Amino acid sequence: MNLSILKSDKKNLNSFIATGSALIFIGFIDIISSSFFGTNITAFLPNKISYLTPLLFGLFGLYLIRIEFSGNKLLDKININFNSSNFNALLTLLVIFALIKYIPPLLNWFVFDANFAGNTKEDCTDGGACWVFVKVWLNRFVYGLYPDTEQWRINTAFLTLFLLVGASFFVPQKFKKYIIIFLLFVYPIIGLKLISGGDFGLKYVETGAWGGLSLTFIVSAFALILCFPIGTILALGRRSKLPAIRYTSIGFIELWRGVPLITVLFMSAVMFPMFLPDGTYVDKLIRVLIAITLFEAAYMAEVVRGGLQALPKGQYEAAKSLGMGYWKMHFLIILPQALKLVIPGIANTFLALVKDTPLIFVVGLLELAGMVNLAKTNPKWLGMAMEGYVFAGLVFWVICYVMSRYSQNLEKKLKTER
Amino acid sequence: MSKIIELKNVNKWFDKFQALKDINLEVNQQEKIVICGPSGSGKSTLIRCINRLEEHQDGQIIVDGKEISENTKDLEKIRAEVGMVFQQFNLFPHLSILDNCTLAPIWVKKMPKKDAEALAMKNLERVQIADQAKKFPGQLSGGQQQRSALARALCMEPKIMLFDEPTSALDPEMIKEVLDAMVDLAKAGMTMIVVTHEMGFAKEVADNMIFMDEGKIVEKAKTKDFFENPKSDRTKLFLSQIL
Ligand SMILES: Nc1ncnc2c1ncn2[C@@H]1O[C@H](COP(=O)(O)OP(=O)(O)O)[C@@H](O)[C@H]1O
Ligand SMILES: [Mg+2]
Repeated sequence: MNLSILKSDKKNLNSFIATGSALIFIGFIDIISSSFFGTNITAFLPNKISYLTPLLFGLFGLYLIRIEFSGNKLLDKININFNSSNFNALLTLLVIFALIKYIPPLLNWFVFDANFAGNTKEDCTDGGACWVFVKVWLNRFVYGLYPDTEQWRINTAFLTLFLLVGASFFVPQKFKKYIIIFLLFVYPIIGLKLISGGDFGLKYVETGAWGGLSLTFIVSAFALILCFPIGTILALGRRSKLPAIRYTSIGFIELWRGVPLITVLFMSAVMFPMFLPDGTYVDKLIRVLIAITLFEAAYMAEVVRGGLQALPKGQYEAAKSLGMGYWKMHFLIILPQALKLVIPGIANTFLALVKDTPLIFVVGLLELAGMVNLAKTNPKWLGMAMEGYVFAGLVFWVICYVMSRYSQNLEKKLKTER
Repeated sequence: MSKIIELKNVNKWFDKFQALKDINLEVNQQEKIVICGPSGSGKSTLIRCINRLEEHQDGQIIVDGKEISENTKDLEKIRAEVGMVFQQFNLFPHLSILDNCTLAPIWVKKMPKKDAEALAMKNLERVQIADQAKKFPGQLSGGQQQRSALARALCMEPKIMLFDEPTSALDPEMIKEVLDAMVDLAKAGMTMIVVTHEMGFAKEVADNMIFMDEGKIVEKAKTKDFFENPKSDRTKLFLSQIL
């Protein structure tokens, strides 16, 4: 057969588009009928071949409508982006067909067959997700074992934090500085005191009772804020001319990077107290915070060092030639540029940190994922692991996505011409 | 006239390689010296030793009465008095031209911001780029960047200016604007040591010429003598190639 007759051209544009679209349409009908009704046009053929029918229809249809410079804007756009070659057309079809096949069952599980109403596992009868589980346990997922009557303290602490952070975006530059200083140095103490209590007539709540999403935030926020300056100092130390400082930094970084976080956390529980004089007691949350902070600081140090190395030597020389000493040179010239270069790496480390927080279960602290783990072993709620983990996964994803977007915005905002 | 820079028997090694050999040099206040010589002869190393961007291992370097060595405590103070302009400009790309100029006066000299900005504008005016003050280095042409770098150095009100091939990285049409700014500076009485191959500039400005080769000062002479009857054969050869 002479295929050139079948090669689309502009002369009989419309008939090609019509035939092509019809074929693609048949392909779609076929995949829909096979995924929802279990039968299709070529159902009489052996099963494996009938799977290919919609693909063949679709491919041939797409081949027919692949007309260069057809003059039709929509058609041109489709052709350029999804249908530039036979292979490209195949990928397009596979993706669309996969979506048609797998999205509906997922939606069914998530929404249409899911149960939202009720208070017990027995209320979940529709076969989909049992969101009742999440609903009933939501309070625990957010506050852990923190007493219900005291939860306003956590709410207040976080609300203040959000208000302060929000305010820092809107107030004039002059006050911004003070808000940030307050946030970094004063707020953490007030916040922790409010949540732990023990003074000012507030009931003492031991850290073992803290948990859930609020603990995820507390651990992440402290570790994030602390690991950044420590990591930066380690990075500078590793490049120091003084051997004592350099080797201490290298040793520190390599030690922490070489050990799995989970081991570090175990050791923070078992070994750390051995280094302290008898009788002193450091709360396990504090120990865990120190462990995670130092662990992530080692990674941060290497990220920052990458940025320091990327700067041309001339920047150091120019700063020195203007009479700047080590600290002025680094704080005014080197770090602002180096840190900007490694924002993606910093964001990476931060995201990893947030996702590492569930590991604190090894010392008996249960943040969000830990609480889910606990809830699913409750005899009344056996078999709810899927719902719990999907929920925890979604929450983590949202947190990480927000952070990732923020870092991208920051990158854009700080981008100056080079 | 009084000595402001003095080098006595300075030797400098990079590991085994000797980059400077027994350098002796005196520079008086307001004197202009142009250093030339083939690539790799140690010109950059020599002037970078003067503000200790490179360390010398042997001999003495005295700048404005203070010796520079590993024991120098207020090295930063000395550096603040010695301005430097680099071949690659080395402006700070994250700061505007104005901030480039005010940063060191504010942080090193503790000058109030207002005064620093006035000083910066004065110096930017002087090199004729006051209108570019708000821009970032990446938005300027090479010639404008190099003039900004000159203004930045001048904002520290240095007693001495060092130039390391300030026009070598520039397109030909921009060389003149930078040289003009340097000529103005020379006329204003600045003490200058300039590494350059722009012999027109040298003839116009320099009091003394230095020819270096293989880490040594081969010839030092008054500018007129240097060009009209150079003593050493190597100088003659070099001049014949470059002129
Ligand atoms: N950091 C360095 N390490 C090792 N050798 C160097 C270094 N800097 C310069 N040199 C060597 O010292 C010699 C003089 O260099 P330089 O002063 O830059 O020459 P010039 O500026 O005259 O071209 C050259 O041979 C160069 O290779
Ligand atoms: Mg050089």
